[in-house]
Amino acid sequence: MAREKTEPTAAGPNAEAIEVSGRTTSVQPAPVTGVSPVPADTAPARLRPVRPGEDQDHGEGTQRVLRDPRRSDVDEWGRSEHMRSIARRAYAPLYRHWFRVEWQGLEKIPATGGALLVANHAGAIPSDAPVIMHGIEEELGRPVYGMADYFFRTVPVVGTLWSRTGGVPAHPDNAYRLLHDQEQLALVFPEGVKGPSKTYSDRYRLRRFGRGGFVEIAMRSGVPVVPLAVVGAEESMPVLFRLPSVAKALGVPYFPVTANLLAFGPILGPFTYFPAKIKIRVLDPVRFDVLDSQERYSKSRVMDEAERIRSRIQDALHDMLRERRSVWFG
Amino acid sequence: MGRRVLVTGLDTFWGGRMAQALEADPDVDMVLGMGTHEPKVPLERTEFVRADQTYSILNRIVRATQVDTIVHTFLVTNSEEVPGRTLHEINVIGTMNLLAAAGSPGTPVEQVVVKSSTHVYGSSHKDPAWFREETPRVAPVGTRLERSLIEVESLVRDFAEDNPSLLVTVLRFAHVLGSDIVTPISANLRRRVLPAVFGFDPLLQFVEEDDVVRSLEYVTRNRIGGIYNVAGAGKLPWSEVAAISGAHLLPLSPVSPRTFAAPLCRLGLIQFPPEMEPVARFGRGVDTSRLCEQGFEYRYTSAGTVESFARANNLRRSTGGASNAYRYQQDVELFFRHSPAVVRSLDS
Repeated sequence: MAREKTEPTAAGPNAEAIEVSGRTTSVQPAPVTGVSPVPADTAPARLRPVRPGEDQDHGEGTQRVLRDPRRSDVDEWGRSEHMRSIARRAYAPLYRHWFRVEWQGLEKIPATGGALLVANHAGAIPSDAPVIMHGIEEELGRPVYGMADYFFRTVPVVGTLWSRTGGVPAHPDNAYRLLHDQEQLALVFPEGVKGPSKTYSDRYRLRRFGRGGFVEIAMRSGVPVVPLAVVGAEESMPVLFRLPSVAKALGVPYFPVTANLLAFGPILGPFTYFPAKIKIRVLDPVRFDVLDSQERYSKSRVMDEAERIRSRIQDALHDMLRERRSVWFG
Repeated sequence: MGRRVLVTGLDTFWGGRMAQALEADPDVDMVLGMGTHEPKVPLERTEFVRADQTYSILNRIVRATQVDTIVHTFLVTNSEEVPGRTLHEINVIGTMNLLAAAGSPGTPVEQVVVKSSTHVYGSSHKDPAWFREETPRVAPVGTRLERSLIEVESLVRDFAEDNPSLLVTVLRFAHVLGSDIVTPISANLRRRVLPAVFGFDPLLQFVEEDDVVRSLEYVTRNRIGGIYNVAGAGKLPWSEVAAISGAHLLPLSPVSPRTFAAPLCRLGLIQFPPEMEPVARFGRGVDTSRLCEQGFEYRYTSAGTVESFARANNLRRSTGGASNAYRYQQDVELFFRHSPAVVRSLDS
């Protein structure tokens, strides 16, 4: 039963910087398993180069060069650095000239190792998630995985695009693997849909931080929580009121009627943000001195820590709003 | 004393290849294969017993042959193969008879290896990206195939609880691709049309048929018990599977895609069984670290599996299929194995 083996076993580490033509920043991809050696001459620019000794055929001794089976750079989470760089290029003008995003304390985000980014969530179609992901990937050159409600996955096209541009369904197992095993940055909004669905009259009032699941995830993964306070997303697409019956009929979590809808009409309205100035403040990382990879953690400790982080973000928001003189100019 | 192994489903890809692998093992004294049809692969010393699909004579066979290991590969994991009722007979009733035979008082059996499928995890939007062996299923059980596999696994679990002295192994295989095995995905890829649900591009895992046989052999030879996922490393998107195999994607409506696929399935142009629809939307990933911790090494990654399948497919297309396929001839086999005219002392 001597069968010819032309395929090698699992790939080696895949940590080379990705080169995207026309871009200077390089982003480290998550370890992509399943990539076989690439011959240097046929390798597309965005795939890793071959290492010496890796392109040997284990078969008959003929030096057959293996073709890399992968045709895209979609990683095991569905994120594609190629798609992500296209999205970044498209989003850059909006980030720079529309929202004119300003960061405070960006150096507090760890340059290596896993960390759980926790932010407040606002705007009918929240503008904070892409802004945070874009900013960190541009400035730090690290990918950010945005964890969101799994509802997204059920929407055709949107779900796929969301996944290719770094979205991951918020599941504790996914978070643990991302943070603990792969030491990536993950972004969560503990308010969930309660954040973006709140009306303008409730702006900058943080909702309940879920059941503190994010603290438990950070404890289990042994990573710090980095709280982020975002100002401006609330005004970029304010919710005037909600139509629960329409939401129920459409099967979506909420159906908002926004000021943008009234200002820009029904066609442009759902996609056009107001040019509110967005400011993001990175607060001091919170570390928990507990053993990682435990099955359970003290519920009271988890709730306390969640509440402490929530109130720190709330205080930071109030502080930033006190300093803010204009919604549009900051 | 060497091992005496009974392999069920000798006429299927799984059983035939497993018997071949066991024959090559000098520690295995006797290989006994059961099947409803004649085996499709050449076998050196495997004894073949024809049985009905529910294996009602298994109890007698186990007692008569005193086998110490049963490798149960005769489980249908592809609902296109057989009608629904037969599926239940083969999977559930067949396994029930097999476990009854293995667990009878004074049984010679020491290990039971059962082949299962990652279909038991289902596929839904609420799934984790990677299922571990103990992760509970999220998706509701909607198809006959999944229901029967889940029932089989619960039978096996009960059996393992009732017989703590026996070693029970369950291997859950991801989508298998290879030159020999026929699955809905491979049948589609051979026709160069892969049905997809419009707007979805899920991530999938594949396992090469060589790795399938090697893993079955590995847990049998090393007497490893427990439940294990078997899948190649990494995941790749549905569209990339089509790209590597040179197939075209056939986008189906995201609303009730099976209705739109039904006429094409009826014409035999594509295969789109019910268990494939959720997979074509949300994909599925299983964590394979548990089997790797046991020392098993894969030869193929998921992408490598698809690539190797694509190559085998190219060859098949150029040479026009396997014309020199083996045909089992009972008389010839009996002659070579048992006739006094054959000089057998050369081996020893």
